[in-house]
Amino acid sequence: MELTRRDAVAALAAIGGAGGAAYGYSRLRDDDSPEPSSPSDEHVLDTMQAVAEVVYPSELSGREAFVEEFASARLATDDHGAGIREAVAVLDDHTDTWYDEQFVSLPAVVRENALENLGADVADEDPTGSTAERVRYYLVNELLLALYSSPTGGKLVGIENPQGHPGGIESYQQGPDALDR
Amino acid sequence: MTDRTPVSDASVCVIGAGPAGALVADSLAADYEVVVLDAGPRFDPDERVDRQERAIRPYYDRPDVWEMGGPRDDHDASGEWFYPLNHARVKGIGGSTLHWQGMVMRLHEDDFNSGSARGVGPDWPIEYEDLRPYYARAERELGVAGADDNPYGPPREQPYPLPAFPPSYSDSLFAEACERLGIDMHSVPNARNSEPYQGRSQCVGYGTCQPVCPSGAKYDATVHIDSAERRGATVIDRAPVQYLEHGPERIDAAVYATPDGEEHTQQAEAFVLACGGVETPRLLLLSASETYPDGLANTSGAVGRYFMDHLFAGTGGVVDERTRQNHVGFYTSSSQQFYDEADEEFAPIKLEFFNYDGPSPVETALSADEWGDDLLGRLREDYGNHLGIGALVEQRPQAESYVGLGEETDNHGNPVPDVHWTVDDRALRTIERANRIQERILNELDAEITWQVGPDGTGPAYHHMGTTRMGTDPTDSVVDPECRTHDLDNCWIASSSVFPTGGAVNPTLTIAALALRTADAIDRSLDS
Ligand SMILES: Cc1cc2nc3c(=O)[nH]c(=O)nc-3n(C[C@H](O)[C@H](O)[C@H](O)COP(=O)(O)OP(=O)(O)OC[C@H]3O[C@@H](n4cnc5c(N)ncnc54)[C@H](O)[C@@H]3O)c2cc1C
Ligand code: SF4
Repeated sequence: MELTRRDAVAALAAIGGAGGAAYGYSRLRDDDSPEPSSPSDEHVLDTMQAVAEVVYPSELSGREAFVEEFASARLATDDHGAGIREAVAVLDDHTDTWYDEQFVSLPAVVRENALENLGADVADEDPTGSTAERVRYYLVNELLLALYSSPTGGKLVGIENPQGHPGGIESYQQGPDALDR
Repeated sequence: MTDRTPVSDASVCVIGAGPAGALVADSLAADYEVVVLDAGPRFDPDERVDRQERAIRPYYDRPDVWEMGGPRDDHDASGEWFYPLNHARVKGIGGSTLHWQGMVMRLHEDDFNSGSARGVGPDWPIEYEDLRPYYARAERELGVAGADDNPYGPPREQPYPLPAFPPSYSDSLFAEACERLGIDMHSVPNARNSEPYQGRSQCVGYGTCQPVCPSGAKYDATVHIDSAERRGATVIDRAPVQYLEHGPERIDAAVYATPDGEEHTQQAEAFVLACGGVETPRLLLLSASETYPDGLANTSGAVGRYFMDHLFAGTGGVVDERTRQNHVGFYTSSSQQFYDEADEEFAPIKLEFFNYDGPSPVETALSADEWGDDLLGRLREDYGNHLGIGALVEQRPQAESYVGLGEETDNHGNPVPDVHWTVDDRALRTIERANRIQERILNELDAEITWQVGPDGTGPAYHHMGTTRMGTDPTDSVVDPECRTHDLDNCWIASSSVFPTGGAVNPTLTIAALALRTADAIDRSLDS
């Protein structure tokens, strides 16, 4: 199934710019940990593409354009964007320590291992939590939220008007064959 | 800086900007100097999409969506049954309707005569007929989408202002089973725009109605606060009233706090308490004095007593076909067939056929332990075949179920509300009865039953009723049939706290009808 620009725009309409994160991020720096240097937008977007390759299902096409569109807009919002940048920085710290490379520079197969080693698969999302919890919140769940609240992501599962998507009031009335239309 | 100083020469001071307070304020604002004080903030409508993200993301708990919790909202629950108060209300301009689901029905005729018709609780001192024109007005004010197809509902005279939402695909599955079982289904009145209405959008299917509708298609009380302000009312947010200054027969002023740490005194000729069914009795108890040692307007001893909620009963399962759940966040079919079979043994029941049973894929994805193809496989397995039926059941009024003052204090040093909730056996028996009906329907559909909320697991529907009950006898009720306190000449209460009994339909249309009627009473009183 193909993700389109429309899906990215729909995902943005559904979850907006700033996210629930204004809330969390302001508390991020409460601890004394040194502030990681902020990565460039290009690097952040490349990293999100690499994470998407791991967390999105393989039968999707159009992933790159979708992530580009969606992630750029989210990155442009003050608090939430800063949270995403910081999550990329801590992920890179982690892979630097274990693999001597930034996350994007790892071979594709190793990236999944790296995220699993970190515990981002089993972590609960938390914008102010541990490295794994932040990576889960700002990177893994950020991307899953965008995908599964978009019409194409929903359709993969069998719901063309998923929660968060303003898909009108016809689909709930229609039977299962509406999915094939 | 926002001006939160008192309004001079105010005729009416309304405390609480939920639907009750907003409707009273809007009704009177054109003719009187009206000021509304609310404890919570004025939320920015542009942030609703962000709140929706909080509603979907697992990190945020429900109360986080509208910023409930913390020292301002601390509470006790000393009763046998825990009461999750901050899940059950919102403080802010719009009140709990910011979070509500927006299902709005009229009470049945017998609900007003529960004592004589069913042998349970007192009769209301007013009849359905007294409220009937106000119900029609309330439906227009809230913009209710409905159809006159409920054979068990009370008599109506006018059509709903908006056409009903058509039934869902899953309703059509239920309909076949119900027809075979002789159970009638009908549409549900929704305070939600099936078409654009009074400048607000049509429902666009975001599917997160409860706790937030980003499009504004779901009614909330900011509608009537905005309207009241256009008519000249002053609305002050973040202004929790601490106590009411009074003499033996009148309230003189509401003393409220502001975020800068100041306290202000708002005088008025008439006061309307519209703080919801928990904070309204609390404010009266906090305003105790030498004249009213047990709490203001509490000569009867009934302030805070008879706390009731509706109890939830539900059953759900999976079938061998696609059921198309979670496209929208409201339901479109109901059955009130079992409602008026109520008596001393069994309470009224209202059945609800869900359109949102089972998992919402996006929410599952965010808390899953897998990703990629494994996650997609799991989502496909989990989603798609669920069907569920809910029900609301009445609980009887009991003096030992009450809202009192707790031991702890809030951020202003006032004792927190203590919701001491108990549930009666008739309600628990009726939940079992509702479960049996739900099972029959699901069995008829060959469903495998996967969950059930019965008497042991039941919880409240977040409808706070009974705590300043209405009656004609000042020794056992707090307000008279016009919702004016027996004790104080210039104090009215607009809230489900005045309900002597609760019925089994959601309360807010009745709250709205009573608020409009109370506004008329205040108008007559100020006029004379
Ligand atoms: C999750 C949920 C779903 C619901 N679904 C439905 C439904 O489908 N149908 C239905 O009919 N009802 C529903 N309800 C109930 C409905 O929201 C309430 O019945 C309704 O909002 C009550 O209106 P109110 O104006 O009396 O009180 P509220 O809406 O609670 O407003 C009270 C206001 O008073 C303010 N206040 C409190 N204390 C003070 C003080 N001391 N000083 C100043 N201000 C104060 C508060 O800040 C608040 O804004 C639902 C409720 C919840 C929580
Ligand atoms: S389904 Fe309709 S009413 Fe509910 S949140 Fe979406 S737009 Fe609002």
